Amino acid sequence: MGTADLLDRRLIFVTGKGGVGKTTVAAALALLAARRGRRTLVCEVDAKGNMADFFETAPTAFVEREIQPQLWAMSMDTEASLRQYLALQLKLPLVARVGPLARMFDFVATAAPGVKEIVTVGKLCWEVKEAHYDCVVVDAAASGHVVSQLASPQAINALVQVGLVRQQTGWMLDILGDPATTGLVIVSTPEEMPVSESIELRDRVATETTVDLAAVVVNRVLPELFGRSEEEVFDRLEQPEAVAALDAALGGPVRPLLDAAHLMVTMRRTRTGHLERLRAAIDDSVPMLYVPYLFSRTHGLRSTGQVADALSAELGY
Amino acid sequence: MPPGPAGPGGHPQGARREASSIESLLASKEIVIACGSGGVGKTTTAAAAAVMAAVRHGGKVLVVTVDPAKRLAGALGLSGFGNEERRVPPAAFDAAGVTPRGELWAAMLDTKKSWDDLVRRHAPDHQTEARILENPLYQNIAGKFVQSHDYIAMERLYELHTSGAYDLIVVDTPPTRNAVDFLEAPQRMAEFFSSRLLRLLIVPYRSRLVNMASRPFYQIADRILGSQFLADVAEFFILFQTMYDGFVQRAGAVERLLHASRTTFVVVSTLEAAPAREAEYFIKVLGDKGFSLGALVLNKTLPPYLLDEAAGRRAQRLCSSAADLAGRAGGGGEAGGGGEAGGGDLAASVGSDPAVLERVLAEVGENFRNFMVVAQREAAQRSQLASAPEVVATVPEFEQDIFDLRGLVRLGERIWN
Repeated sequence: MGTADLLDRRLIFVTGKGGVGKTTVAAALALLAARRGRRTLVCEVDAKGNMADFFETAPTAFVEREIQPQLWAMSMDTEASLRQYLALQLKLPLVARVGPLARMFDFVATAAPGVKEIVTVGKLCWEVKEAHYDCVVVDAAASGHVVSQLASPQAINALVQVGLVRQQTGWMLDILGDPATTGLVIVSTPEEMPVSESIELRDRVATETTVDLAAVVVNRVLPELFGRSEEEVFDRLEQPEAVAALDAALGGPVRPLLDAAHLMVTMRRTRTGHLERLRAAIDDSVPMLYVPYLFSRTHGLRSTGQVADALSAELGY
Repeated sequence: MPPGPAGPGGHPQGARREASSIESLLASKEIVIACGSGGVGKTTTAAAAAVMAAVRHGGKVLVVTVDPAKRLAGALGLSGFGNEERRVPPAAFDAAGVTPRGELWAAMLDTKKSWDDLVRRHAPDHQTEARILENPLYQNIAGKFVQSHDYIAMERLYELHTSGAYDLIVVDTPPTRNAVDFLEAPQRMAEFFSSRLLRLLIVPYRSRLVNMASRPFYQIADRILGSQFLADVAEFFILFQTMYDGFVQRAGAVERLLHASRTTFVVVSTLEAAPAREAEYFIKVLGDKGFSLGALVLNKTLPPYLLDEAAGRRAQRLCSSAADLAGRAGGGGEAGGGGEAGGGDLAASVGSDPAVLERVLAEVGENFRNFMVVAQREAAQRSQLASAPEVVATVPEFEQDIFDLRGLVRLGERIWN
């Protein structure tokens, strides 16, 4: 079902190796969904993230806020999520005074894998279950940690035999395991380590979680300056007569301009090899979406919009 | 030791600064820790620094990496090896065309195995050791405990250093959500195991005599997590407490080593916004906490000629007069400027279809202007790193990936200054 339209899914986790532009892509996908009229929530799981910069808005908090038409943003806070969970799901009395309980929980959660993660994933699944939004886009943990988030219901099932937390895992698994509802987007760049890590992540997600790989986004794809015949012409521009003619015409050395073009051509060539390795490894049914390198001044709403435009074109909208 | 241009952006209390180049830093320290956010080339930088130290300074140099790219691991002779240190074979240096004065050793950090070793060292007896190692919670914690990677990396460093086998150890830090986490890992680990909450959790399973005041607390905890799970957790911690004294002492020793004057930190970053912000924060934290900040390495920077504004104007001229220069004058609209070269000459001398030549020239101009935007953004980012240490190494974006010793030497030479 890898071909189900990406933005028709209701819960989209976006992950990738640190530094590949995971937050940029999550922000752009959310913006695109909202522009297409879907009531969208974007959630950053890492509290110290900088999602707000990509929308040029004030820092996000656990309570969501409308930051663009049809687009709400929040950041995850496991303790606040636990409180909400206790109040809503368990209808526990004295919820306002669960200070020691929350501290104890935090303590256990630090040590027991899956507990903190399930509170995170549970909140997101709950937003989907209650249909508060048409689409929830998650700027999830980086590839090292995302599997433990997505597999947290299974981890809890293995560790916790009874209790209310255990009883909650069933409906979460239903949501996470339904490819029409939930999908994972892996963001990569065409470089050695991000590609290797993306392929490893794809394997781990397939074996350790029930979440469907919805798309692979290749970010920062460098432009191809020259086609084949153009490249031959470019090579001939290196001849001394050509360089001299250009120096005279431009009123100064053309050398830096030629060097910059060489730099781009070789950088792209190296990356093309990694891109091909990624393409060969990813199943044909999983769409690969290419986002060009942005030669922009800063990261902000404008560049988020440009990435959203690129994704929109890649998705055929 | 130059006073350093700390200027208005420098630290009031300041991290300790002791060396004037990475060369002298590596000569004067015993431990160099590379840190920075993910994807900035930390592992490669650490490896290149170690290679250079082995080549130029001599002695026994060890590089400890966490998660090297496969080809880099191969270059260091690490493929297929576990936690043990291995000597990088001299033949690998021969192939790279260098003769090292010393020995280069490399080790990969295996978190799970390092934890097992730690348990073996601190467990009071074999039975406790076996019960801890078999506990399912332990197995999860050793592999996945959020802070366990950070702690064990520092613990392993301590172990290697106290073995006395190496003159210099260069460490690559694990990818953490927060680059400073591992600095606090020993202390947090000690706090964790001496926590009041831990005792609170363990008490009811040691003795069923729970006082009336705390009973509702356990009832709620049981209801949410299930008493069996809590019992499993408690059993694990009761076992772990037998190792408490050794563990806390050890954490203290690890922390002292990180603060010692023989240890220094090298912050690695690129000039992208997010890693640079992280680097800035890291530099501040090192200063605030009194760690030694040795150097800043800026990776993947663009060549300085991209900042040449006169060249930028020529690029613009090339774009606007591409048609003229290609001998396709009369296309109209071109700003005069290239006329004196005689457009057709160029097309003739490169023997090209003027239309193709026009496209190539326009692309060359456009490409330079695009690169220039990024180079300017990077320059601004760099000047914002006002609190940078005086040792700053700038490393260009290499056209090829670095996957062998030759590449590491090439990178190392750039870092060396």
